[in-house]
Amino acid sequence: MNVDVVVTVAKIAVVLGLLLQVAPIMVWVERRGSAMMQDRPGPNRLGPFGLFQALADAVKFLFKEDVTPAAADKPLYLMAPALALLPAFTTSVVIPWGPNFTWDGKEYAFTVSNADTGVLLFLALASLGVYSLVMAGYASNNKFSLLGSIRASAQLISYELAMTVAVLAVIIPVGSFHLTDVVAYQRTNTWNCLLQPFGFLVFCIAAFAETNRLPFDLPEAESELVAGFHTEYSAMRFAAFFQAEYTSMAALSALGCTLFLGGWSLPWLNYEGMGWLGVALGLGTLLAKVGVCMFVFVWVRWTFPRFRYDQLMRLGWKFLLPVALLNLIAVSAMTLAGWL
Amino acid sequence: MTSYLPILVFTLVAVLFLTAALLAARLLRHAGSASMNLEPYECGNEALTFAHDHRFSIRYYLIAVLFVIFDVETVFLFPWAVLFDQLALFGFIEMMVFLAILVVGYVYIWNRGALRWV
Amino acid sequence: MTQPLALPEDDHDGLFADSEEMELSFGPQHPATHGVLRLKLKINGERIVESYPVIGYLHRGTEKLFELHPFFQNIPHTDRMDYVAAATNNQAYVGAVEKLLGLVVPPRARCIRIILAELQRISSHLLWLATHAIDIGAMTPFFYTFREREILLDLFEDYCGARLTLNCMRPGGLPYDLPVGWTGRCAALMADLPGKLDEYEELLTNNRIWKKRTVGIGVLPPEVAIDYGVTGPMLRGSGVRWDLRKALPYDGYDEVEFEVPIGRNGDTYDRYIVRMIEMRQSVRIINQCLEKLPEGPIMAKRPRVMKAGKDAEIYHGIEGPKGEIGFYIVGDGTPNPYRCHVRPPSFINLQSLPELCKGALIADLVALIGTTDIVLGEVDR
Repeated sequence: MNVDVVVTVAKIAVVLGLLLQVAPIMVWVERRGSAMMQDRPGPNRLGPFGLFQALADAVKFLFKEDVTPAAADKPLYLMAPALALLPAFTTSVVIPWGPNFTWDGKEYAFTVSNADTGVLLFLALASLGVYSLVMAGYASNNKFSLLGSIRASAQLISYELAMTVAVLAVIIPVGSFHLTDVVAYQRTNTWNCLLQPFGFLVFCIAAFAETNRLPFDLPEAESELVAGFHTEYSAMRFAAFFQAEYTSMAALSALGCTLFLGGWSLPWLNYEGMGWLGVALGLGTLLAKVGVCMFVFVWVRWTFPRFRYDQLMRLGWKFLLPVALLNLIAVSAMTLAGWL
Repeated sequence: MTSYLPILVFTLVAVLFLTAALLAARLLRHAGSASMNLEPYECGNEALTFAHDHRFSIRYYLIAVLFVIFDVETVFLFPWAVLFDQLALFGFIEMMVFLAILVVGYVYIWNRGALRWV
Repeated sequence: MTQPLALPEDDHDGLFADSEEMELSFGPQHPATHGVLRLKLKINGERIVESYPVIGYLHRGTEKLFELHPFFQNIPHTDRMDYVAAATNNQAYVGAVEKLLGLVVPPRARCIRIILAELQRISSHLLWLATHAIDIGAMTPFFYTFREREILLDLFEDYCGARLTLNCMRPGGLPYDLPVGWTGRCAALMADLPGKLDEYEELLTNNRIWKKRTVGIGVLPPEVAIDYGVTGPMLRGSGVRWDLRKALPYDGYDEVEFEVPIGRNGDTYDRYIVRMIEMRQSVRIINQCLEKLPEGPIMAKRPRVMKAGKDAEIYHGIEGPKGEIGFYIVGDGTPNPYRCHVRPPSFINLQSLPELCKGALIADLVALIGTTDIVLGEVDR
């Protein structure tokens, strides 16, 4: 029993440690990456290659004036940033970060929570994110925020449908919600992005929409709605939204990698026989894959213009949802025929 | 149950993290705020009406209703997906019938113009 | 006016009727209103029911200021109207004064004026492209265009010492001759620019999202455009081949070869294409001018004190980057103009905005403000 608790605490510590690093690192990647794409130096004064820029940003957030508008709905206004962080942090509990390991003669999976609901739990927790956006926008009592939050709610729930159906198609041949089983399935067969390319496509597009990233950043849309749902937020509360965005990007990337890109595994490599080294390598592999995905997020953001609200909804309901449903039917038929 | 406890831990950490940051900020930042800053931002103009004074376009509620319908349908898909092997052909046909009904509704709302946003 | 986004006709049971309009103040403190434009909007959900531009936040009484100074001291005031196109403002103003006084500009000065004006056109269009793209959500073209604009402004700086408020022309000619090596640097930039334009177009022209956001948005039929007095790329985007450089050539534009691009549908995308082609044509004009740059004086013989005749009045308009920029000057026998009225292209193009955004969405509105290419310094004067 005691060992179990120690192992769980250790796993929580590792995952939380990683999650807290995401936002500062991504601030740097985003700013330097965009600078690289835009032919300019970017922040390069603080520390080597401007690495301490995130630290400076954090300090600035600490010292900024924290405004709560007089007309705001105070309880909701104060709750929204916390609620934004919640799904961003909790969703990663079901991700397997590496191969199983043995401690004291007992085998443990490298997931913080070994719940049977697995991926369903991820989707459930991730869908809580919409509440924070709606609350933030509504509570601000600002018309731009209201428009942003309404856009956010419409967008998030619409793309959640397509994403859920795309994830379901992965579950059918695996027959388990455990993401460890999904990884095991991909190790015996091949990566799901090759087996289910359409599902992967739908998942990728929906992932951009779910994290409010360009070309789907309509809830913020700085040229239209000033700053969208967080127009009235400043200082640390704004930073919370900021951190939530990057952390959920990382969590969603991790889910995407686990579902479609083989998770912590690499083809023809067997980490399981290597003990602790294998665990470290598995973790490193998954982190590398997540890193690549995150870079794609940044890359797309600085390349594309933004969709318009009705175009976004049309894409979600009239293209992604039918494609996801057809993909689901095709995958289930192929599984039935024994091809998958 | 133990497998869900970590979620609580993560939640607590998220809340504590934010609370700590907000407390630190409260100690560090300057206190006062001009009363003008507390007005809702409306591009530098005095807001004549607040956002809460308005009823908003009904279309958005339609999206919510449609979402609820479709999301409930996907909830039915979950147990089927995970037990696909055991349900086999019977489950497959059953689900195709279910999806066919769903698609009929989908085509109906599409034709009705409910998917014509804004 | 064609409506790409008509309200649903099949609203059988009044499903969408029961919602309320909301008044929203869009600007002056807003990232997409290009300065201090304020639009009073009535919106229903995302759709704009009514828009009403409110101007005057940048009013400085420029036209009154003109009356207080002698003709040649008024040139800096023109710089500060459309502050991203100072050279063409100068050119329009000094052109009007020259007509009023009967001055003949020497060929070298005319040629250099064309070069400066076309450089200004390119720099203005680059700025327009940058902000237009940002409004639609593409951030990166901004940095690319500013990279080239920087070199362009360096050329201005080398010529007259200023980068934005150039004050680079005088009635009767030019204040300075070109510095040593200037033509070489200008030619190098002109050789470079078409490739850079390709680079911007690669990001936007065939981009599906860019097309979705611009094709069919803000259609301005030619008759409506003419009724509103819209000029410049806005008018040409609607398919009207009207360019003062061709129609009423000034400063020797009849001696250079170039084409006037026009659009087909009069939408935002066509106006984008028209401006992109215009930049390429400007490069072509500058190259011709650099090649044939005549030798000779840069200033006409002119009286020491410039006085307009009593009751002399004149209108002179030229093709600025944003449309027809014209000056109507009345003299009263003193060295100061009695009255100077400006025909600002931004102001007149802006008036078509409520027409353009009838029934549009908020997201279209920012695209439409971008496509009208207004500078509030000129709108408010």
